[in-house]
Amino acid sequence: MENNETILKVKNIHKSFGDLEVLKGVSFEVKKGETICFIGPSGTGKSTLLRCINLLTQPDQGSVWLGDAEVTNSGKNINHFRQKIGMVFQNFFLFDHLTAIRNVEIALIKVRGMKPKEAREKALEELRQVGMEEWAEHYPAELSGGQAQRVSIARALAMDPDVILFDEPTSALDPELTREVLEVMKKLALAGMTMLVVTHEMGFACSVANRIMFMEHGEIKEQGSPEELMSDTKFERCKNFIGQFDQINGD
Amino acid sequence: MDFAAVITEWFPYLIGGIFATLGLVGSALLLGVLFGLPMAVGQVYGKRPIRFLIGIFVWFFRGLPVLVLLFLFYFGVFPGLGLEAPAFLVGATVLGLRGAAYQSQIFRGAIQSVSEGQMIAARSVGMTKLQSIRNVILPQAVRVALPGWSNEYPNILTDSSICYAIGVMELMTRTSQIVSQTYITMPIYLVCAGIFILLNYAGMKVLHMIEKKIKIPGFGTGAA
Repeated sequence: MENNETILKVKNIHKSFGDLEVLKGVSFEVKKGETICFIGPSGTGKSTLLRCINLLTQPDQGSVWLGDAEVTNSGKNINHFRQKIGMVFQNFFLFDHLTAIRNVEIALIKVRGMKPKEAREKALEELRQVGMEEWAEHYPAELSGGQAQRVSIARALAMDPDVILFDEPTSALDPELTREVLEVMKKLALAGMTMLVVTHEMGFACSVANRIMFMEHGEIKEQGSPEELMSDTKFERCKNFIGQFDQINGD
Repeated sequence: MDFAAVITEWFPYLIGGIFATLGLVGSALLLGVLFGLPMAVGQVYGKRPIRFLIGIFVWFFRGLPVLVLLFLFYFGVFPGLGLEAPAFLVGATVLGLRGAAYQSQIFRGAIQSVSEGQMIAARSVGMTKLQSIRNVILPQAVRVALPGWSNEYPNILTDSSICYAIGVMELMTRTSQIVSQTYITMPIYLVCAGIFILLNYAGMKVLHMIEKKIKIPGFGTGAA
């Protein structure tokens, strides 16, 4: 599935909230089919970086490119790009008044203009992908966190995105639910979906990511493959950060 | 004069008043939603001048007594616009615009109670702001608003009797006419009161039914 086609380019993104500079010039490129995990301490701009990619947050400086098209400065066209850049949130943000299947199909109908019957079929197919087809007629309030997150992944998948952004998708879930969500994500990664994942799940990052970016103080401090991260000395700070998990786990 | 005979004689006349009253209430509620809901959206999502204008409207219609508004419109606004409006139209307009002012604030609160994440998620799948408001925010806000909005029905129903002052031929006006014709006071007023209570009860029943019908797990108390 992997090839060398660059699908997403992020160039020199800066973002400040008031006096606080959250992103201090972040750049990277993503190849089609790659899974990139962003790790690092809380408050270092990882989530802000993801939101700058689909302009849910407007970056102060820098540009984002999807294929050959510029996402930043796209004006009204941004709604087109957002269809191509799926997003999965920490707190799911399912549409609370819609059943699982309506959550998945609504953008197909309202944004893409798909016929309701066609949209329903596609939505059901996406729910099947995440193992939620039996819950199609349930409302978000009736779902567990893990189930809700899987529906939200299906919602993102339904738009046939070029890339999906995961903003701490398992941070609100207990270990068991975390696992069911990570398994779905792993399946997607293996199927060739391009994914950017902000996560604190080191096991997932090491086993699924093609590249790991360690962020701190609004910059990408260290980056490389999971193997490099484990062996190379240039990953000192990153290893320290990960080591804190092991200490608590008693390793 | 025998009370029972009076009632049988005049009851058809009162029925006409019931229709006029319900007409006033119905058009006022309808106007209230048609204006109140967009006004609420404007107040939450609109630009500053829009928010300012809506603020003025709300301030004006909530700030004046119904009776004052009725006279202002009956003797001032409608004639000033060169319109020779029947009293009913003036009454319905005043109650409707006043209702819109109150209802806009009920809807505004409901819109603001919808969590920010709903808008973010809607934008993230490519909906425009307007599509997000229509397909995601309002369907939720309306469900939150309904119990508070239901309260507008008895409010407007009881207020509608003030239209007596400009001579709308509604329940209260007709009741007073019967009283002045027959010189029977209390029994007639009691009949009028009974009809108001019944209208109130029936209307609330209907609203509760609607509330139940559009109930969704996760909204309101007793959520699944």
